[in-house]
Amino acid sequence: MQQISNVEPAESGKKQEQAVLSLTHAAKTFGPVVALADGTVEIRPGEIHALVGENGAGKSTLVKILAGLHNPDSGDFRLSGEPVHFRNVAESKAAGISVIYQEPTLFPDLTVAENIFIGRQPKGRSGLISRAQMRRQASELFQRLGVPIDPSRVAEGLSIADQQIIEIAKAISMEAKVLVMDEPTAALSGVEVDRLFAVARALRDKGTGILFISHRFDEVFDLCDRITVMRDGRYIATHRTADVTVERIVREMVGRDIGTLFPKTEAEIGKTVLNVDGISSAGVFRDISFEVRAGEIVALAGLVGAGRTEVARAVFGIDSYDSGHITVEGKPLKPRDPQAAIAAGLGFVPEDRRKQGLVMNLSVARNVTLTLRNKFVTAGLINGAKERRAAQEWSRRLQVKAGSQEHAVSTLSGGNQQKVVLAKWLATDPRLLIIDEPTRGIDVGTKSEVHRLISDLAGRGIAILMISSELPEVLGMADRVLVMREGRITAHLSRAEANPESVMHAATSSTGVTE
Amino acid sequence: MSSALDNRKTGTTTAGAGRSRGALASLLRLRELPVLIALALLVLITYLNNPLFLSPQGVKDLLLNATIIMILAAGQTLLIITRNIDLSVGSMLGLVAFGTGSLFAAMPDLPIIAVLAIGMAFGALLGTFNGLLVTVAKVPALVITLGTLYVFRGLNNAWAGGKQYFAGDRPDAFGALSVDTVLGFPIITLLAIAVVIAVAVYMSGTRPGRDLYAIGSDPEAAKVFGIKVSKRVFLAFLANGALAGLAGVLYASRFNSVGATTGAGMELDVVAAAVVGGVAIFGGSGSVAGAALGALLLTTITSSLTALRVDKFWQQAIVGILILVAIIIDRVASLRTAKKLRISEARNV
Repeated sequence: MQQISNVEPAESGKKQEQAVLSLTHAAKTFGPVVALADGTVEIRPGEIHALVGENGAGKSTLVKILAGLHNPDSGDFRLSGEPVHFRNVAESKAAGISVIYQEPTLFPDLTVAENIFIGRQPKGRSGLISRAQMRRQASELFQRLGVPIDPSRVAEGLSIADQQIIEIAKAISMEAKVLVMDEPTAALSGVEVDRLFAVARALRDKGTGILFISHRFDEVFDLCDRITVMRDGRYIATHRTADVTVERIVREMVGRDIGTLFPKTEAEIGKTVLNVDGISSAGVFRDISFEVRAGEIVALAGLVGAGRTEVARAVFGIDSYDSGHITVEGKPLKPRDPQAAIAAGLGFVPEDRRKQGLVMNLSVARNVTLTLRNKFVTAGLINGAKERRAAQEWSRRLQVKAGSQEHAVSTLSGGNQQKVVLAKWLATDPRLLIIDEPTRGIDVGTKSEVHRLISDLAGRGIAILMISSELPEVLGMADRVLVMREGRITAHLSRAEANPESVMHAATSSTGVTE
Repeated sequence: MSSALDNRKTGTTTAGAGRSRGALASLLRLRELPVLIALALLVLITYLNNPLFLSPQGVKDLLLNATIIMILAAGQTLLIITRNIDLSVGSMLGLVAFGTGSLFAAMPDLPIIAVLAIGMAFGALLGTFNGLLVTVAKVPALVITLGTLYVFRGLNNAWAGGKQYFAGDRPDAFGALSVDTVLGFPIITLLAIAVVIAVAVYMSGTRPGRDLYAIGSDPEAAKVFGIKVSKRVFLAFLANGALAGLAGVLYASRFNSVGATTGAGMELDVVAAAVVGGVAIFGGSGSVAGAALGALLLTTITSSLTALRVDKFWQQAIVGILILVAIIIDRVASLRTAKKLRISEARNV
């Protein structure tokens, strides 16, 4: 709290304006994972308050607490000074908090008007729902918002921008005191963003408190009155926008000890393994060029949604691309053919182990050998003994801690599951491994083991393309860092050039390329 | 903010133009319209070939044939709209119909209104069983009601054995329900129409009724919105059971005999009627009126094919083709609307 008084001595002295919403020292854990250690934010009526932080800083957990989706383990949650405990979304809504998500969920078969008033439809004199009245009220809302949406049309097929406007209309009709917008602009075009901001400002001027979550600093500084910074699940500081610079916010978002955490073993950098030359995919990414050499770890950094995973999927042949070329060790790689990618020596460790990387109900051994079953086939049948030997060999090398090779993978910890996925690909003897978020959902202890492993692999001459949203991981591990923003590569940084500020700047600032 | 102002301007013009075309457009968008047209064409063609088809007796037969299915289709619509289904309606109807026969055999002097109430309560009890299994055990309705289809039928078999009750076993006044007419409509048909209207008003004009559409449109979103999904679905099963009970009692009035196999296979006719009538099988859209029209269309086809002396074998095939056509029309129409909506939107931005 010291920071608040430092930054705004005048405000805290007056204390005349009571916060409409205040969350103080809220904590939330899921088993051993601490999602939020100190969630603190204070929203006043008639202000637009930005909440910023890296991926994983705890913003979405905080939002879910406000929305009534999560119950905080501890902390103080007040609305207009009164303590509140929401057991579900309906209670949060009834208390006057409306949350608008990046992609709102509307009922596709119902009309726009009914989506706004579901459960609260206006009734006519007969006691039945009056559609005319419902339409009229919806029209009035849209008129106030200055947007042309036909209340009688069904919600199916509406753009995300319009869906958000409908959610805002709903919030207004419920007389929401606090409007939370969770990255509302991520999927909007420039015109739509302008329209959304006009609506947000109009609401603020009428006294609504707005919490605005965004990764785009230009928007934050353009729109918001105050900014709260979070890092690693903790509240860091709150500033008045007028008193602070982008650089300072970035420093607070990333400011922590790095460099010594993930020592990368020096590897001899060899010849180019992967060469990506100007690949584009309409609406997803554009003009992506880079190369990865043997023994080199190249990190693809950037915010969630910047198109990093999409690039990796295109390289590995899961998705197609419209133009450009990819070569592996000088030979062209057939697009849209993962089998060809595997044959060329590529391996892909996806972000979501449970969904894409492992067959959870199969044994450790089966999972490890899944990619190379054909090697163990004798007379059309899989040779079990050979399969087990190969699985044992790899599990030993990667130090997978499993009770038995025959246990189902689902019984292992996240870190050990990740090792099984790595083993699975290493058994194919790859030239290049693409690893998407190698340590997501892995506890801190095992994290460094996974890092050591990846570093080892590079030391053996495997080229590594690593996608990571965790800055320390990127800065600690990578020989080179490519930063993506909105589908383009906005910076190529050498290990020496890469620091928290340079990476975050390239990932968020709009001074580079824009639509 | 000039862009916002521009938007507002184009908005009012499109809205104004839309309103003048609104009435006709919304009539053309009606999902029930194709069924209505098909029905009119069918009746017209048959009438031109065989004028007796539209004699007072002919019309009465058409209505009587549709009555039972219409009631069942109304109940089924409540469920299909919520993305559920009840395949056990034929078995429920059989149990209640045989129960009605037994009841009159035991107590011939029981007032008809009491029999109707008992039959509906019996049906509601069976529906409660379905509803509890679906909402508490959280097993898909398709599986649960497939199971209760056999369970209820088995009970009916055990209860009836080889026994049958015939029209002569029941009071004359009860049978007269399906013979006497008011303004040309048989009394049980008027009952069915009243049921359809009541369910239609509930579904379109009350908040709980609209919740059913929301649940079927996106069950997860419905939960997030705080709609009481389990309660609504359970009550829909209960109501559907009560309506199947009503249909069971009326079946005993309309048909000569009730026994162990009464109502077997009817569930498919009921689901077919709803689907042909424009009720989306994945929930969220459609109407009771459409389902009732679907029931009328399906039973009328059978009658008119007979009137046109078409081989019985072809009748089923034609019903099947009709179902496929209904689904294809629906699919094409919704794809076209989606495309149109996207285009109109692209202009707005």
